[in-house]
Amino acid sequence: MNKTDVLIIGAGPTGLFCAHQLGIIGLSCEIVDNLDKAGGQCIELYPDKPIYDIPAVPECTGEELTNNLLKQIKPFNVKFHLNERVEELKKNQKRWHVKTSDGEEFDVAAIVIAGGVGSFEPRKFSVKECEKFEGNSLFYSIKDKSIFKDKTISIFGGGDSALDWAIELSNTSKVNLIHRRDGFSGAESSVKKVKDLNDQGKLNLFTKYQMVSVSGDKQIETVKVKHDDGEIKEIKSDYVLGFFGLIMQLGPILDWGLNINKKTVEVNTENFETNVSGIFAIGDICSYPGKLKLILSGFHEGALAARGCFKYAKPDEKLRFEFTTTSKAAQERLGIKK
Amino acid sequence: MAKITYHTHDNKIHTVDVQKGLTVMEGAIQNDIPGIDADCGGGMACATCHVYVKEDWLDKLPDKEDGEEDMLDMAFEPKNNSRLSCQLIVSDELDGLEVNIPSKQG
Repeated sequence: MNKTDVLIIGAGPTGLFCAHQLGIIGLSCEIVDNLDKAGGQCIELYPDKPIYDIPAVPECTGEELTNNLLKQIKPFNVKFHLNERVEELKKNQKRWHVKTSDGEEFDVAAIVIAGGVGSFEPRKFSVKECEKFEGNSLFYSIKDKSIFKDKTISIFGGGDSALDWAIELSNTSKVNLIHRRDGFSGAESSVKKVKDLNDQGKLNLFTKYQMVSVSGDKQIETVKVKHDDGEIKEIKSDYVLGFFGLIMQLGPILDWGLNINKKTVEVNTENFETNVSGIFAIGDICSYPGKLKLILSGFHEGALAARGCFKYAKPDEKLRFEFTTTSKAAQERLGIKK
Repeated sequence: MAKITYHTHDNKIHTVDVQKGLTVMEGAIQNDIPGIDADCGGGMACATCHVYVKEDWLDKLPDKEDGEEDMLDMAFEPKNNSRLSCQLIVSDELDGLEVNIPSKQG
């Protein structure tokens, strides 16, 4: 059981800065994020794209912003729990008991949801029968590649993940790579490699085909694909892999009794608390009259939510307002030596 | 203003006036038309504003920029008439445009 003052859900810029604000006022926190790294949308969607509206930073990329925020919270030694999704919240007297998808548990005084537009989940096949085979012979990510040895694998997608896995698995498996068009979004060198392997007969490339159906008894046996011109092919397959990038979904947040309006959580603007006391929401995921989905607004919301958490974490103390420029306590927390 | 018609998957037809210069995605958001989520806010980074353009309009639309087709690879059931509505800027030429919104964007 991890015991800390505040659990932040989401390691995007808003969540990271909220951790800073908690640290400054002397509260501890830990951060859970479903992605494998901190940064949220900034890292997942636009690591290289420039941002021009961070106050006092004329231009930076999503990656630079994330790295700077991580540097800024370094003094607080915030513990990250990546590749995990918060599944369950339960009120336990005056505190919260939280469980993640990895079975990790937390005992916290308050929760700050900084979940952006939800957690990033793999985008799935639209064919209904795929659900039946998911996790058994159909996957959206690979955990153990040894199960594919000497098997026939049909990989769908045209991005880097699809290309890289097609190349890698073609060493030990019979690989079919199926993509909806001739062009690929993955790296040019990988596209060339895939085409070479196809020419050498080490991999079968099917372009302008999309999945129509999958069938099999307990495991997948065949996949039907359809060409743009209507031709249908049946491909024998032991496994099917789909790599269509990530999509954002609210997921379990919907079950926590919060007032949800158009995929966002309603909050007050005094301290960004939701209708459930002790649960706060900041950044893109919160809504209130006048809400702007800007990173700078998320910073402001995080600063106020952090102070809102104080009364739950330290019910017997009164929060003192101080500036980092002059506060001895804040500077000590920042590890500044004079 | 230009008239844009959105066919939603519940078989409803929404014809709305959209200000020129806005995108077909923004027209849907401003008028609360369901099915266009636009999670990334028009950054061509999420494919949740994917629409099917009525066939006879396909040639009249601006060409796809780099990246749109890559993003459509990620869309739910992409077809030949698939576009990202955040990339379609409303103009006089698009007055009367009709698009179908897929049954889901995920």
